[in-house]
Amino acid sequence: MTQAAIRPDASEPMITMSGVGKWFGAFQALHNIDMTVGKGEKIVLCGPSGSGKSTLIRCINHLESYQQGEIHVGGILLGHASKTIDAVRREVGMVFQQFNLFPHLSVLQNCMLAPMRSLGLSKAEAEECARLLLDRVKISEQAEKYPAQLSGGQQQRVAIARALCMRPKVMLFDEPTSALDPEMVKEVLDTMIALAEEGMTMICVTHEMGFARQVADRVVFMASGAIVEEAPPAEFFSNPRHERTRKFLGEILGRH
Amino acid sequence: MNYTMDFTPVIDGLPNLLAACLGTFTLAICGMLLATVIGIGGVVLRQSPIKFLRWLVIGFVELIRNTPFLVQIFFIYFALPLAGIRLDPTPTAIIALGINGGAYAIEIIRGGVQSIPKGQMEAGLALGLHKAQVFRLIILKPALRAIYPSLTSQFVLLTLSTSIASAISAYELTSVSQRIESESFRSFEVYFTVTAFYLVISWVMMRIFALFSSRYFSYPVK
Repeated sequence: MTQAAIRPDASEPMITMSGVGKWFGAFQALHNIDMTVGKGEKIVLCGPSGSGKSTLIRCINHLESYQQGEIHVGGILLGHASKTIDAVRREVGMVFQQFNLFPHLSVLQNCMLAPMRSLGLSKAEAEECARLLLDRVKISEQAEKYPAQLSGGQQQRVAIARALCMRPKVMLFDEPTSALDPEMVKEVLDTMIALAEEGMTMICVTHEMGFARQVADRVVFMASGAIVEEAPPAEFFSNPRHERTRKFLGEILGRH
Repeated sequence: MNYTMDFTPVIDGLPNLLAACLGTFTLAICGMLLATVIGIGGVVLRQSPIKFLRWLVIGFVELIRNTPFLVQIFFIYFALPLAGIRLDPTPTAIIALGINGGAYAIEIIRGGVQSIPKGQMEAGLALGLHKAQVFRLIILKPALRAIYPSLTSQFVLLTLSTSIASAISAYELTSVSQRIESESFRSFEVYFTVTAFYLVISWVMMRIFALFSSRYFSYPVK
């Protein structure tokens, strides 16, 4: 794939968040978040634990409601009515830290459920699509197995395929490698890299800074529920502007 | 002891007793199906955003679990006609068993639903499924599996409670055996046999539960 094909098209924002505020009771989890994600853009969201990065991406598909500001996804204003929430969720795929595969369904059925029930695909269409995407995450030979029979890395790749079966325009990753044994991190990251190379719009909450360097168009650093700074990875890692970013990078890179 | 065993009345009544076993079985199976429907429906209403429905379920569960089954069965049998509904003893018994078993089933199944990680619901929602779809397609089966042993032991209890339906002379084992006993005065022989029959019925029930489980819950878990 050529560079031009994967270059984000900033003129066409996929996600815009403006002045988003979120409270859990009296605790303010997000402060006045402004963020625009272009079509095909890859964002890595990082920051210390409790900084609100998971909350932020969970607002984008309304797993968390927000109380202030506006979020647009693919041109749809994500209101709090179930109709717009459903419309947005069909466009946005999500991959979780704990995989969250459905234990009572086979790998194939995991991938077919939502396309059939939510998009109204026929069984044959859903199966064809599922097999194609399982092949793409290189796990097609496990299609008839159940989640409990797979390793963590395999489960997470199935979870990625399952999300892709909905043909989303955006993929959200919420610490997708944090629950994995170290030797399985790479297979999941490779899958994500391949996805990025195909031009998917992605927001990844992750501490994998190697992945950020290789894939991200921008790295966004959050602390205490606010965006502290954002920059292309080269600049972000070599020349962080804020003290909190420097401290965070010192801790996280020192560890690796 | 100078008691001479005489099983003749029991042997003569055997066709009746076996038919009555079938009656007991029917009461138990129908009662269980109704209890399952009430149990699952109750759990759904118990999670409703409408406060009134939640309180309705809580009130129902408390009412049923804190009153005797015999009184419930009498109440339904004698109160329904006042509302213009006249049912035979057997349908009445099924309704009573279903309502009673349902109240217990609500609490048991609710525990199962609560044991399912929140991530399952979130994954379903993130895939664009509605809450009701998530409950039906994703949560319910693992939840039932988690509490299946408690639910089935409750249902064995329900099976044995069918004997209380003899109080309104529903067609089942205890009422038929009472009739044989009162005609022959062979109390020991009759109730010895009936005890054995109940044991067999319970055992068959447990086999059915195990068979169902091996079919329906066959997916592997860690």
